[in-house]
Amino acid sequence: MEKRVTFSRWTIGILFAVPQLLLIFTFFYWPAGQAVYWSLTLQQPWGGGNIWVGLDNFRSILSNADYWHSITASLVFAGISTGLAMFIALVLAALTDRQLAGSWLYRVVLIWPYGIAAPALALAFRFILAPEAGFMAVVNQVWPGFWDPGLDGTDAMTSIIIAFSWKYVGYNFIFFLAAFQAIPRSLIEAAAMDGSGVIRRFWDIQFPLITPTIFFLLVINITESFQDSFGIVDIMTAGGPANATNLMVYKIYSDGFKGLDYSGAAAQSIILMILIVALTVVQFRFIERRVHYR
Amino acid sequence: MVERTPFLNFFTHLILFAGFIFCVAPFAIVAIAASHNLRDVNDVPMSLLPGSDFWVNIKTAWVTADLGPKLLNSFIMAFGVAAGKVIVSALTAFSIVYFRYPGRMLIFWLIFITLMLPLEVRIVPTYAVVANVLEPYQTILDLTGISWLIEKVSGVQVSLSLGLLNSYSGLILPLVATATGTFLYRQFFLTVPDELTEAARMDGAGPLRFFIDVLLPLSRNNMAALGTIMFLWAWNQYLWPLLITTDQSHAMAVTELKQLIPNVGGAPEWHIAMAGTLIIMLPPLFVVVLMQRWFVRGLIATEK
Repeated sequence: MEKRVTFSRWTIGILFAVPQLLLIFTFFYWPAGQAVYWSLTLQQPWGGGNIWVGLDNFRSILSNADYWHSITASLVFAGISTGLAMFIALVLAALTDRQLAGSWLYRVVLIWPYGIAAPALALAFRFILAPEAGFMAVVNQVWPGFWDPGLDGTDAMTSIIIAFSWKYVGYNFIFFLAAFQAIPRSLIEAAAMDGSGVIRRFWDIQFPLITPTIFFLLVINITESFQDSFGIVDIMTAGGPANATNLMVYKIYSDGFKGLDYSGAAAQSIILMILIVALTVVQFRFIERRVHYR
Repeated sequence: MVERTPFLNFFTHLILFAGFIFCVAPFAIVAIAASHNLRDVNDVPMSLLPGSDFWVNIKTAWVTADLGPKLLNSFIMAFGVAAGKVIVSALTAFSIVYFRYPGRMLIFWLIFITLMLPLEVRIVPTYAVVANVLEPYQTILDLTGISWLIEKVSGVQVSLSLGLLNSYSGLILPLVATATGTFLYRQFFLTVPDELTEAARMDGAGPLRFFIDVLLPLSRNNMAALGTIMFLWAWNQYLWPLLITTDQSHAMAVTELKQLIPNVGGAPEWHIAMAGTLIIMLPPLFVVVLMQRWFVRGLIATEK
């Protein structure tokens, strides 16, 4: 869509765009280019600039079992937490949309989790799921040694999945509810007149009409699970135990800023960017076909 | 409500109530744990009746993590990011919607691409840029030979350097450098009727006048929505402040949470940790509750 009426003095127009262009050049394009450069070079230990090493950084990362482990952990985390957060939010939004008495309360409260900073909710869940105090301790009293995120990798992964899903239930709920409310009431009423029940109406009318939202949330949730997980991992598990929760962004951070391996971290960043873009493309290619746009 | 379905309604209430508990329980547990003393908080199971030490714990957490200045820093940063986004995005959107200049589509795409790769994945090089923000320009001058030229002509060696580590600008500017708000404004500006522009031009208003007196007042709702979600987003940033602020005087509230985790082997001071968590959780929660309309609207409008 284009404007019919515009202003002719376009020097002023360009001036308006200058602040943002300067910002994205300095803090986006330059660093992104720098990441590519670093990933292809190696910093010499005694200064003297970087030497060109081609794809060696990528080779050494991709032949490292720890790195593959980190990719697997990230994908498992992304898959399970996205599935959980979307399913719970979808059910809650569909039921809130039935507008029974008191649904205003759910409309208000169910979005709260999204406002909370990931590290803050991570600390809260670290306490709630702590093996020696809090609530899982009760379970541990009944079955000693049942739950210990500090020692057991699966338990640690479960903890960060719970914390992340909790936050994104709030986020997904906002979008699902908005999508449900955008469906014309008359459509639902007409179907009810024709004798279809609540469940039938959900599958045949509401669900197909919100598939664009489901698709959109799928893309966003998976992307966010790679980024927003950093605070949760850092506070709850610090990548442990035994690297079980060393997700990709956390590994970039610890290799780059704790291990001071800029070249390796830059190469990992490039791989992560490619992975995110590839996941998005795959979703557009294979899942979007099943989406009904109006 | 279209028909009577008592059985299903019962289940609806049941599941929704379970969802309600699921969302509220963590807040409640944090608040209750923050009111216990050291012994009660480590009781298994912890008593769900609030203890009496709430204010003592809040005070201890406040002092231990030095939250006063940290919260102030968080506010400054969050306001800075929100204001920066609201202003810079409006300017850019005005430029790409209301003018026809060569390269306009290029600018549009340059900005659009920034949506793909958030700060977290390009964190290492961005950090290097912030350590000296003028480095890109220095490199360009060196590569194009301009600095050599300047040195020949004036005898001055060009070395641009401006470090932004441990500064508010270093915290704020990289977070402003994304496209989120630009598209919100663009979509809105496209819906503003052309007749308004025509009328303004007929009355002799130039682009600047039109922007300030017509377009900005019309965008008030969008500004509130964008400001709200950007404030929350900036307040909740963790990785970036963690890297940029090595010096305590610029540390953020959210990064202080790490100081509150009970040490292994030390006393498990969960009551203090939870009191600190509660303090840090509350400002964004207030914003969500008070600004709910703008928050929901902003989220839905910016992401589409």
